Amino acid sequence: MTASGTFGFGEEFTDFMDIARIGGIVVKGTTIRHREGNPYPRMAETPMGMLNAVGLQNKGVHYFAETIYPRIMNYDTNILVNVSGSTVEEYVETAEIIQTLAHIPGIELNISCPNVKQGGMAFGTSTEGAARVVEAVRKVYKKHLMVKLSPNVTDITEIARAVEAAGADSVSMINTLLGMAINAEKRKPVLSTVTGGLSGACIKPIALRMVWQTSKAIQIPIVGMGGISSATDAIEFLLAGASAIQVGTANFIDPAITPKIAKGIVEYCERHGLRSVRELIGALEIESQQPSECLTDQKCS
Amino acid sequence: MQNYTSYILDLELVETQALNAQYVLMKFHHELQFPEIQSGQFIQVRIDGSPNTYLRRPISVNFVDKVKNQLWLLIQLVGDGTRTLAATPIGNKVNMILPLGNNFSKPDFKDQVLLIGGGVGVAPLLMLGKEIKEQGLNVTFLLGARSAKDLLELDEFSKYGQVFTTTEDASAGEKGFVTQHSILKSQKFDRIYTCGPKPMMQAVANYAKMNSIECEVSLENSMACGIGACLCCVEDTVDGHVCTCTTGPVFNIKKLKW
Repeated sequence: MTASGTFGFGEEFTDFMDIARIGGIVVKGTTIRHREGNPYPRMAETPMGMLNAVGLQNKGVHYFAETIYPRIMNYDTNILVNVSGSTVEEYVETAEIIQTLAHIPGIELNISCPNVKQGGMAFGTSTEGAARVVEAVRKVYKKHLMVKLSPNVTDITEIARAVEAAGADSVSMINTLLGMAINAEKRKPVLSTVTGGLSGACIKPIALRMVWQTSKAIQIPIVGMGGISSATDAIEFLLAGASAIQVGTANFIDPAITPKIAKGIVEYCERHGLRSVRELIGALEIESQQPSECLTDQKCS
Repeated sequence: MQNYTSYILDLELVETQALNAQYVLMKFHHELQFPEIQSGQFIQVRIDGSPNTYLRRPISVNFVDKVKNQLWLLIQLVGDGTRTLAATPIGNKVNMILPLGNNFSKPDFKDQVLLIGGGVGVAPLLMLGKEIKEQGLNVTFLLGARSAKDLLELDEFSKYGQVFTTTEDASAGEKGFVTQHSILKSQKFDRIYTCGPKPMMQAVANYAKMNSIECEVSLENSMACGIGACLCCVEDTVDGHVCTCTTGPVFNIKKLKW
């Protein structure tokens, strides 16, 4: 799948690839009302990655339903809509509207966007906040409810467990990590918002670790993402416990990357004599369990 | 929606001219005919072999030589990415997404047209100047820079119109900024196109507004995707935040909140 915020509505990529060749697209963050987003500058390149502070710019769910949806509803792939909000009521209202669109089989609940000043970040960083919004949306939304988790927490497995208990059908992880860039000559932050979300190849080790930890904590499927730019990267996430993956920032470097990754996964399976890619899910082989407490224990040798 | 088709192509580097210590002109060949490219459009160039360069670099189309089937990029060496690109061996292929963005609009058949460029911002004005000349109009170029060594491609520009220059240190042309050049007092223009440092374009836009002259600018906002998906390169306009990679980089000054 393609990650929210990196693939527009899919239309932007039709010159470069055939959307029918990938499993799905997650259209960018949609809110109940129109949002202008943050002031420019909204991005900074960082080593093997980038920061963004877009701020959920979108024309609102009504505009999406009336104007964008009719144009994209017949794409030959699964279309999920990323839903964001500042209050529980906004999430619920937006989800209800998306539910009326017959060709949208599911939503990705964005409880983790780090750029929204009020609301967004708060929900995804506590088990109570996460559970509250998932429960409320679950009551009204009957189709597939995927919840996108924030990595900017002490223990992402706790949040994952909470959203599973609240009724989520799956989780997607990870969203961007909170970061910062400074222009040393100008002595100013690069982003208008000072901090922003880090994505790209540099976050892959953290994303992999979080997927692996979470896969041992919950039963519902995990959609893994974070720095995937090749079929090998995708396979690593499957081995760590993801059932599917999303590709985000890599789309900016190669707009035709997603079908290449899909093809590469098939080639891997053929090379390893696998009958189905499902055989890879959680198939990581660990010789003996390494004690992870070692990282925080100063006496550990 | 956009009225052009973009392609991901590997173009062969056939020539690199060092214009001085800070600028190079690179010429690329395509084995097939180039897609339709209009002046004002830009290219997302992938730079390989530069560890600090993760994203593509947006570079204006300087010129398309339809006879030799070559694309020209005028590049200022500002960091690792551009320096690595400039050092590409001749014969190597460079991966590009093109064309991207909108284009300069065509002047009316009776317009007196002035193209104002600053520093490396002169790049898109070369192709524009040629197009306007081929339309049958007179073109005047007003190119400014800090110093004579920063004035670029003057010979090329002279092929399509009269060229006036300014330098801040008086090493060439008139001393000062482009908006101080005497041509602005001695000649009346109907349409101005400008590209260069933002303060320069804002001064030109101001001059155009005060004299009721139609004016288009070309912006250079930092961007990630270049194709209208990431929403990083936005400019605040009278229509709200729009992407400079799709609704721009060319903007009529009436649309901007300058």
